[in-house]
Amino acid sequence: MSSFKIFETAGTGMSAQSVRLNTTASNLANADSVSGDPNQVYKAKHPLFEAIRAGLGSNGVSNGVAVKGIYESDAPATARYEPGNPLADTNGYVYAPAVNTVEEMTNMISASRSYQNNVEVMNTAKEMMLATLRLGS
Amino acid sequence: MPINLDTYLGVHAKALPLRSQRTEVIAANIANADTPGYRARDIDFKSALAAASNPNAPGQIKTTQARHISTTQVNGTPAGELKYRTPLAPALDGNTVDTQLEQAAFAENSVRYQATLSFLSSKFRGLLTAITGQ
Repeated sequence: MSSFKIFETAGTGMSAQSVRLNTTASNLANADSVSGDPNQVYKAKHPLFEAIRAGLGSNGVSNGVAVKGIYESDAPATARYEPGNPLADTNGYVYAPAVNTVEEMTNMISASRSYQNNVEVMNTAKEMMLATLRLGS
Repeated sequence: MPINLDTYLGVHAKALPLRSQRTEVIAANIANADTPGYRARDIDFKSALAAASNPNAPGQIKTTQARHISTTQVNGTPAGELKYRTPLAPALDGNTVDTQLEQAAFAENSVRYQATLSFLSSKFRGLLTAITGQ
């Protein structure tokens, strides 16, 4: 029965969104991880989604979504003048990662809503299949 | 009088696999709601059902040889009726999935699937009543 593919599709969606939640959590946790070297500072991580096109149904319906990779933002670190900080460089600057907290929060909400959407799809597909199994009784 | 199960079940037996197929397509749309460049798709249910219930209708290309490619069915799924959705507001990343619209379509489709199931179920019950004679 082809409906089983729905579980796979929704499953890939859930795992992709949980990767996104993971990167968001990592970015938020490291939002204040300052460093004395602008090249050593934490870089915001974002997943790159891609529709799965291999091994699809004959007419190219995508079977789900895959995380193609995780890229690091190349936004420059913001310098803060904190001469009292033990991590500060010789000029008294520390470098904070270029993590946009507001952007990460919206990302988190979006990811969790998308995750819930996929869970709903899975539940509905399950109910539909169970109803089909009960057909005629 | 022999009962032909195909004609007895009517359009519902044809509609059920199409509904299931449409669920799959919309599930893929929802899973790819955040994929850059993904274009939402949907089944044109009316023409897909017309093609499924009458493969010999005028305008349908016939397959008379085993190696002919069918235009109505490819591996049991409607081939020509899968269309791209016209987005109301396409995103900058080229994604055309409107989550609310897809959710609504998914809910509508699943209700219609259940309705088709109820029709089939009552057909079977009617048949059972006739067989048992009670």
